[in-house]
Amino acid sequence: MREQDPAVRARNFEEVACGYHPDDAMRESERCLFCPDQPCVSGCPVGINIPGFIRKINEKDIRGAYDILTETSLLPAICGRVCPQENQCEGVCTVGQTLEAVAIGRLERFVGDTAIREGWANIPYIEPNHFKVGIVGSGPAGMACAADMAKAGCDVTVYEAFHQAGGVLKYGIPDFRLPNPVIDAEINNLRKLGVKFECNTLVGRLFTLEQMISEMGYDAVFVGVGAGYPTMLGIPGDSLNGVLSANELLTRCNLMRAKEFPNFDTPQPIGKRVAVVGAGNTAMDAMRVSLRLGAEKVYCIYRRSHKEAPARAEEIHHAEEEGVEFHWLTNPVSILDDGNGNVMGMRCVRMELGEPDASGRRRPVPVPGSEFDFECDLVVYAIGTNANPIMGQTCKLRLNKWGYIDTDENLATSMAGVFAGGDIVTGAATVIEAMGAGRRAAGSMKAYLGIRDTNRPYRTAGDTLFGIDTSERNFARIRA
Amino acid sequence: MSNFEIVKREDFSDVTYLLEVRHPLMAKAAKPGQFVIVMLNEHGERVPLTIADYDRDKGTVTLVIQAVGKTTRQMQQQCKVGTSLYGLVGPMGIPTPDSHAKKVVCVGGGLGVAPVYPQARALKESGAYVIGVIGFRTKDLVFWEDKFRAICDELIICSDDGSVGLHGRVTAGIEQAIKKHPDIDEVVAIGPPIMMKSCAETTRPYKIKTMVSLNPIMVDGTGMCGGCRVKIGDQVKFACVDGPDFDGHLVDFDDLMTRLRRYTKEERMALDHWEKGCRMQKSIDKAVDAAKTK
Repeated sequence: MREQDPAVRARNFEEVACGYHPDDAMRESERCLFCPDQPCVSGCPVGINIPGFIRKINEKDIRGAYDILTETSLLPAICGRVCPQENQCEGVCTVGQTLEAVAIGRLERFVGDTAIREGWANIPYIEPNHFKVGIVGSGPAGMACAADMAKAGCDVTVYEAFHQAGGVLKYGIPDFRLPNPVIDAEINNLRKLGVKFECNTLVGRLFTLEQMISEMGYDAVFVGVGAGYPTMLGIPGDSLNGVLSANELLTRCNLMRAKEFPNFDTPQPIGKRVAVVGAGNTAMDAMRVSLRLGAEKVYCIYRRSHKEAPARAEEIHHAEEEGVEFHWLTNPVSILDDGNGNVMGMRCVRMELGEPDASGRRRPVPVPGSEFDFECDLVVYAIGTNANPIMGQTCKLRLNKWGYIDTDENLATSMAGVFAGGDIVTGAATVIEAMGAGRRAAGSMKAYLGIRDTNRPYRTAGDTLFGIDTSERNFARIRA
Repeated sequence: MSNFEIVKREDFSDVTYLLEVRHPLMAKAAKPGQFVIVMLNEHGERVPLTIADYDRDKGTVTLVIQAVGKTTRQMQQQCKVGTSLYGLVGPMGIPTPDSHAKKVVCVGGGLGVAPVYPQARALKESGAYVIGVIGFRTKDLVFWEDKFRAICDELIICSDDGSVGLHGRVTAGIEQAIKKHPDIDEVVAIGPPIMMKSCAETTRPYKIKTMVSLNPIMVDGTGMCGGCRVKIGDQVKFACVDGPDFDGHLVDFDDLMTRLRRYTKEERMALDHWEKGCRMQKSIDKAVDAAKTK
């Protein structure tokens, strides 16, 4: 796929990967073997019929490919861009065992983009039922859950605390990876399904989960509020001006459009030499945003080595191409003060890898006497996030010891009718995992409400009672 | 989407103004000590403002604002009765916990007079003896004296220039109250950081519990950006979700004040940019008018 030249793109917010030309997509689709065991389908968290849609592309039937995609994936233009395909569908692709795997993500994006350009939307026939479903959080988990519940006929309302829907897709992921118009297009598709979005609504504080169930008439509620409480390092100099979380940098730039300051009112902290601590996807985003905001030097400070870096290989590669300087096996010791409360530099220590720790990665240990200082004027922490405390403060849901919501394997919480999924259950993970959780929760909610899933065939003897699937708990509400 | 209608406006002085915004759900949910985040328009910034009052029957929330920066000046110019705010979210933060204090001093300095009002009222309703200490720079800036008189057992007004009430800062008022009532068991102080700092220093020798309400720079107000982190004793807390009320004797006010200066340059730039736009608009309007009269 064609990409913008690194030197050029590091200074603009246009998308890095330009997307497939129809001819490229055709050529790529030729590479699929359509193998019978379809490892890619089982590698996909939402089980997209991958060979099916690729075959349609191959037959030059893009609309047909879109139809197949939308049977399972709700947001192809988003997933095609941000899924870590190398660990999922493409990671198990048969072609990939000998050659480069079929570029499934790029093909999915091609179909999704074409649909947005052509204004396609697949609105299924929906028979309304009398159930009212509330979704807390409009990020990927909430969006996926909302779509499934709306398709099942429920009256769905999504609540978002920010002034715009989209959650982490809007405030977190920068435009050059996922442009805002793409997110808005996918949200509009949800609106067409009848989903209502209520922004400026902080659930927990404006009304509680308990009130949603007892007073507001919600039959079921899904909580997908994410885990965006940023971790600070806790080293001297943490509170200096010029030290901020990646969340703050990205929210200012992406959602509040501080990059267009002063035409937009929110200011952006600008650094000439920016040090980003961490090497996950968020860290890569923070570094690449900093470059685009005009930083002369951007350093990545990470205490482990390249091999242990949690970011996608493609993201690290892109950051390298754009000129980020990587300092592996380096750990910050303190942030240096210029005397006026501003960042002047950073003191670091070299690390080496020791024995494997609980996560299976080799534990980094400091090399004695290897401290060194370097100059920087902005420090960004991208070292992970914790559970947001608002839900725990305002409702009686059972939380685990880290503050995440406790659920059973069906994503049901300790409160009847309330389900949860995404980062607020698992801790920080990926967009597609959150979407998968949202859909799984939707399945459980349907079972809880007694909505029959017409896509699920009745099983024969043993599992059924009078021809009704026993795993569907509420028989009374099933109509013939 | 934006349907946060302004139903009442009152100008206390040429810089301080009150907006009453319709939001029945929030009026129902709001508790003393909480704040909201306001967005004036789509291009706007998110401005945290402490809730000054709420009326559950009318379904409105009251905000008192001082025109100091770009957004607050623009709001002063544009927020008329009948217009709407683009965004209004809240109530945010942990409400002030129910106090069992018997005798309380509620201190408000300048704009802080507004947010201390609901706390004073709640304390009065819980049966406490409430001494109000409200401070202003000068007589012309005084507001809500009647509202405080209605709920306070005693009220001390202070002014920096002596034009009204006690000549001096609110700390003088606190000293006066403590001298008269040795059994004061809590002080609530809201105002500029430097004022809250001196209030905390005033009460420290007497070991009187002193609660302050912090308003650092924040973006989302939901615990996501960490911009509002403050040092409380040896811990780092986020004012938006762990506060905004903290024990004044533990707050590192110097750190707070340094962090509040983070965007001084940008704030100046935004104001200049906006004022330039306003001047241009004015001259355009003038030219249009002139053309019309011809």
